[in-house]
Amino acid sequence: MADYIEIHDLNKTFQTRTGPLPVLNGIDLSIKKGEIFGIIGFSGAGKSTLARCVNGLEIPDAGSIEVNGRDVTKLSKQEMLEERRHIGMVFQNFNLFEAKTVYENIAYSLRIRHEKKSIVDEKVKEVAELVGLTEKLDAYPGGLSGGQKQRVGIARALIGEPDVLISDEATSALDPQTTLQILDLLRSINKEKGITILMITHELDAIKYSCDRMAVLEGGKIIEQGKVVDIFHNPHSRTGELFTKVFFQFQNDEFQSGAGI
Amino acid sequence: MSLENTPFLEVIKSSFSAAIWKEVGPAVWDTVYMTVVSSLIMLVIGLAFGIVLIWTDKGGIRATPVINGPFGWFINILRSLPQMIMIIIMIPVARSIFGQSYGTNPCIVAIAASCIPMYARMVESSLMEVEKGKIDAARSLGSTDFDIVFRVWIPEAIPSLVRGFTVTVIGIISMTALAGMFGAGGIGDIAVRYGYQRFQHDKLLACIYVLIVIVQLTQSAGNLLSDHIRKKRGLM
Ligand SMILES: Nc1ncnc2c1ncn2[C@@H]1O[C@H](COP(=O)(O)OP(=O)(O)O)[C@@H](O)[C@H]1O
Ligand SMILES: [Mg+2]
Repeated sequence: MADYIEIHDLNKTFQTRTGPLPVLNGIDLSIKKGEIFGIIGFSGAGKSTLARCVNGLEIPDAGSIEVNGRDVTKLSKQEMLEERRHIGMVFQNFNLFEAKTVYENIAYSLRIRHEKKSIVDEKVKEVAELVGLTEKLDAYPGGLSGGQKQRVGIARALIGEPDVLISDEATSALDPQTTLQILDLLRSINKEKGITILMITHELDAIKYSCDRMAVLEGGKIIEQGKVVDIFHNPHSRTGELFTKVFFQFQNDEFQSGAGI
Repeated sequence: MSLENTPFLEVIKSSFSAAIWKEVGPAVWDTVYMTVVSSLIMLVIGLAFGIVLIWTDKGGIRATPVINGPFGWFINILRSLPQMIMIIIMIPVARSIFGQSYGTNPCIVAIAASCIPMYARMVESSLMEVEKGKIDAARSLGSTDFDIVFRVWIPEAIPSLVRGFTVTVIGIISMTALAGMFGAGGIGDIAVRYGYQRFQHDKLLACIYVLIVIVQLTQSAGNLLSDHIRKKRGLM
């Protein structure tokens, strides 16, 4: 049986001023329904580009991405708008709408579909409670902490009742303690709602903490994929090297952000 | 009263006299009228032009060089015309609209034509400042192009749009003074007719006071509004 998300031979090259830049070079991935799947790689490995291909923010040059049996790379513009309902996305920089209150940020995807006021109100309150933002609905995102902002980002993605949630470095701008809270939130969403989560990160700990299975992305290629425990216990030689580096980089990041305060 | 034969202090004193203000007072309303009407026209058309620019830009909604190129070119041509020349060019246009080429309303056409391209570029750069990530987020939630522009892009840029508008309104105020020379009436008209042609420097001073006050009020109102919005959004 085909898995829930099947990515096959995905290629993407950006045309830049200095010439073509191949970013994804034949990605093959398969993700099961209801799992938390981790993708790890250094900055510039192509993680965000891969994520953006899945919800059509980027059009791949070749290959296919089947979500629940539908190839999203072949959808018309209108079909893609509809499909995005089923694929939520959470960002490293939150990307909240600063002109709107927390309530209106969360309500956004219902507003653009002209949902009835009473339904919007009911769903916003339900999702806000799930992410623990009930008290903040009238506030503007500008006045929230990083962790609260990311909760808004998650709520905003969840209200459309997606089947898949793509988390692109959702915790990378947060301190370790807040990171843990957000990872817990994602895990509980995964358990309670059965939402498949694609967790993209450069933080080893986040993957270890949350994921069932994972893939290692380097230079636009998947160099290894499988169960997290297997990969950690018996990494492919290149992955092992990467882990050591990622680990040091991670520590270094922490050191720097600590020193910056 | 002229500075040529009267001490400075006397001229200043006279510039506050009732006789002077009886003449300057009504001209203030002409200036305010011209400024407000031109500003509103500029706001609507300038916003529309700015949206066309950003919509068709490479980093915009849909890259459409066939529109963006010529349109940007057209705007640059308008921008490169000095305001005085714009007024002269607009004389036949105004005549065809109002049946006369002289007076307040015809000059409004010229003022708007001159300031619209400037505001369009300001709108473009204000919109460019909005972080691309927000546009991505809006897209990822299933927004149509229209949703993106009108529900996210413009609302996010409002504090910056307000600041740009304030700057261009001040440009309009200074252009109304120029338009005064072409029969538009208002403060500029008084300043030229009396201050320049008849050396009545007390009237000229009164005109200067009015311009300073109007410009200051405009700037303060713009700053207050922009700051108010930013405070409300928790951004300052
Ligand atoms: N729109 C784009 N145009 C040109 N190059 C891009 C674009 N988006 C990403 N890239 C380049 O692609 C590479 C991979 O980027 P990205 O997918 O963001 O990596 P990651 O998320 O793993 O850090 C980087 O070198 C980046 O500069
Ligand atoms: Mg990235």
